[in-house]
Amino acid sequence: MNNTPHVVVVGGGSTGVGIARDAAMRGFEVTLVEKGNLTHGTTGRMHGLLHSGGRYAVSDQESARECIEENMILREIATHCVEDTGGLFVKRPEDTEEYYQEKLEGLRACSIPATELTAAEARAREPYLAKDIDKAIEVPDGAIDPFRLCVANAKSAQNHGARVETFSEVTDLLVEDGEIVGVEVTHESGSGNHVHGVEGAVEEIRADHVVNAAGAWTGELAAMADIDVEVRPSKGVMTIMNVRQVDTVINRCKPKGDADIVVPHETTAILGTTDEEVSDPAEYPEEQWEVDLMIEELGKLVPILEDARTIRSFWGVRPLYEPPDTGTDDPTDITRQFFLLDHDERDDRPGMTTIVGGKLTTYRLMAEQLVDHLAEKFGIEAACRTAEEPLPGSEDEGAIEAAMNEFGLRSPIGKRSAERLGSRTADVLDTDEPNPVVCGCEAVTRAEVQDAIEESGSNLNAVRIRTRASMGNCQGGFCSHRMANELHPDYDERQARTALDELYQERWKGQRHALWGEQLGQAMITYAMHALTMNRDRDPAATEDSLDFGAFDAGPSTEARTTADESAGIATDGGEEGTHGD
Amino acid sequence: MAIDSDVLVIGGGIAGISSALAARQAGADVRLVSEAETTLHHASGLLDVLGYHPNAAGEGPVVDPFDAIADLPDSHPYAIVGESAVRDGLALLDDALGEAYQGSYTDANALVPTHGGTVKPTARYPASVAAGLASDDREMVLVDFERLTGFDAGVAADHLAAAGIPADTSAATVEFPIVVRDDAKVTRYAHLLDENPTVTVEGRERRVRAALADAIEPHVGDAERVGFPAVLGVDHPAEIRAELQDRLDAAIFEVPMGPPSVPGLRLEDRLYAALDDAGGRIEAGGGPIVGFDATEGTISEVYLDRSGSPIPYAADQYVLATGDVAGGGIDSDREGVTEPIFGCHVPHPTDRYEWFDEAAFGDHDFAEFGVVIDEMLRPVAETGDPEFSNLRAAGAVIGGYDYPAEKSASGVSIATGYAAGRQAAREA
Repeated sequence: MNNTPHVVVVGGGSTGVGIARDAAMRGFEVTLVEKGNLTHGTTGRMHGLLHSGGRYAVSDQESARECIEENMILREIATHCVEDTGGLFVKRPEDTEEYYQEKLEGLRACSIPATELTAAEARAREPYLAKDIDKAIEVPDGAIDPFRLCVANAKSAQNHGARVETFSEVTDLLVEDGEIVGVEVTHESGSGNHVHGVEGAVEEIRADHVVNAAGAWTGELAAMADIDVEVRPSKGVMTIMNVRQVDTVINRCKPKGDADIVVPHETTAILGTTDEEVSDPAEYPEEQWEVDLMIEELGKLVPILEDARTIRSFWGVRPLYEPPDTGTDDPTDITRQFFLLDHDERDDRPGMTTIVGGKLTTYRLMAEQLVDHLAEKFGIEAACRTAEEPLPGSEDEGAIEAAMNEFGLRSPIGKRSAERLGSRTADVLDTDEPNPVVCGCEAVTRAEVQDAIEESGSNLNAVRIRTRASMGNCQGGFCSHRMANELHPDYDERQARTALDELYQERWKGQRHALWGEQLGQAMITYAMHALTMNRDRDPAATEDSLDFGAFDAGPSTEARTTADESAGIATDGGEEGTHGD
Repeated sequence: MAIDSDVLVIGGGIAGISSALAARQAGADVRLVSEAETTLHHASGLLDVLGYHPNAAGEGPVVDPFDAIADLPDSHPYAIVGESAVRDGLALLDDALGEAYQGSYTDANALVPTHGGTVKPTARYPASVAAGLASDDREMVLVDFERLTGFDAGVAADHLAAAGIPADTSAATVEFPIVVRDDAKVTRYAHLLDENPTVTVEGRERRVRAALADAIEPHVGDAERVGFPAVLGVDHPAEIRAELQDRLDAAIFEVPMGPPSVPGLRLEDRLYAALDDAGGRIEAGGGPIVGFDATEGTISEVYLDRSGSPIPYAADQYVLATGDVAGGGIDSDREGVTEPIFGCHVPHPTDRYEWFDEAAFGDHDFAEFGVVIDEMLRPVAETGDPEFSNLRAAGAVIGGYDYPAEKSASGVSIATGYAAGRQAAREA
């Protein structure tokens, strides 16, 4: 009998990886299973805001306080995932003074640093703000890269002995004598990294405790053990611009509403959002009016957005939860708090705890409380260390500087690599091989792509979220096939082709919501490159029928070989410039 | 005073050049105006006619593209200009390009290996591509360079094998003899091969081409042909291939790449030289057309922006060859789709969510956005009447066909360009 308790965490979003890390650091044996890529659900589809808490300072002060505390912690432990952009709450003339004052008081009540700015001061900081704004409040909002954050947590969990399985869906909960004793997992391609073409497998993983951190899918998982957890998924759109029109998070200073925030994120700015309850977190309409609303409404804060180029839109689903019988109708009224449901206490069904609700900014706190709960259950005394111990990539603040100096990384490309890799820069970029740029828009080099492939297998969407390759203006048009080439020869041509097809379709999905003006032109260029030039749309290698190659032109040299004499080399060369000298 | 000509061609891509050449051939005084960079830089340099039947998803490539024209819908640009214009247009280009292009000796399409690794049907191809055709059964070795991320010889060799080509394929990766920057453009490799400077390799002084052949030689084995990414020179491609062929004792070919595309650059150079030789006047690198004057449905002048000033250009006849949504010849915003210079009618669904298909390679409406033409190639209004009596359209600015799916981009540009140029010259 193994005396280390084994915890299976279901869900590879920020909450799941946060729990896996914390539990592994406190000595649990941990297995994390995720049905898609890390960040597959809500985490990969958020606007990248590191909340100061300001958005909740009037309506939900408990959440607001949690946010500001966690905000300060993440700046320390996840430096390479956070950009300190600062944030503004901007008041337009039609927004009430009363709410502005409430906001100011709320911020102070929650200990969120707040500075009032005049319109001129706000516009000096962000020149593209509308000329007719009244004033603004400055708060410590930031931008956070959810992909990098999740990958770093998962990596840390692994470093502490955890097993992390992606593309491994829980297809059943194992229940014995009324107790949950493990999960049945269907691996899409065997255990370990996701590799195309490797046959799937079903595995039963027995556990001392199961943690349900499945986000929007929490209810589905609980139902496998006849437990009722009603998650109320609510969708929201985010529209990505081709450049950063602002370098500060811009919030509209008015009560909750749609289309009230712009978050600068890497090379882009992300507009958000809407809040609409949906019945199925996987299947819901992505609607044109939502995109139009973002541009029109946020144009009132930042007018150049009206004519700017958007490169794609995506939707996320908030896994909102409220205790039974609360009975809130409007999803915007449902609390953003998180809940910990011990199913032994709640449903007389021991062996599983669910964590639901909450937000990315507080993922670490959620994980801490959940693991505190487990520790108490299993009599483990180790304290939580995740608030102090930096994530991989953020261990050494000087490391980025040192690595940039060592690798001569003063170029814009090297600088961006170092910003993404943080203290891992030296490890990843220390290669004797040539290191060309694979993705030009985001300045991602071969070494980074290869590092991501090593970590994640043949899945190029997993490479994308680790590196940002294919996330820039061309949306993979110029680089998706280059990324696929990097899979070879570790993976075979067929696997590389399948991975490319998946990435290409994934990139197309979001672009469809940005197809007008320049981005429509870009989409046509991409379509022409991949269909006209490469013939990827009618690839004979992808069809069952074999092609009658003999019916087609085999070239002038073949003509010459078959119809005239066989003397070497005739007519293979058009001779267009006369002879060569040697 | 306006700058005067018989025929003014707007647009410097294949359609514009074909129009200008055809109009010159018919005796007109021709001027071609274009903005800075044409989409030829993006194009692979292949001159296709028709690779696949439209609306026949799942069917294999067309063997004889000329034969297939009769089966096209009446609204297709080929159906409007007819098979003879396609053939005559190609003949005009064949003359202009001479031995630099191949394929005119047969009506059959050739299947060219692409840098994505599969094959693409085309009617004409650069001489540099000829030895690489997929129907040729000679064993091939594909070569790539360590730092060139756009072409991976191993992927391409295996992909061609998966497509079932009748030749054995293998691959080799070599270091280019001069260490170029890690992220050098393809044109940098091409210029080094053109210039052929001396390098020191293992203590020996060697020219770049010779050193490159030395690096590849151990990988050639029994292969009778060696394929390269399309970087074998902008100025002296035949000379470079001939030298590599001698040194490696194998036929040499290029796999078209893009963008930027070296074969596309060569094609552009040759076509502009041909137009220049034919006496066409070329004003490349000008600004956009910012306005026009017309009376009673006849255009009298267009205005070209030059450093902020509108310069009038007058002509008897105008050819609009400005390209599609990718080239800027068709514009759009969230509300709709327009032809920005003359405001010609462009049919499109009012709901922009009907402009595209859910699948990346689905049936996209946007790929067919463009003006509608009558049998004289004049853009027509929604009523079916010509927008202007003296304006014709050529190439991708014409809508109603999906050239990436059909593989018909160059062919439609050549055929409609030829027809528009000839008709414009006749009426000038």
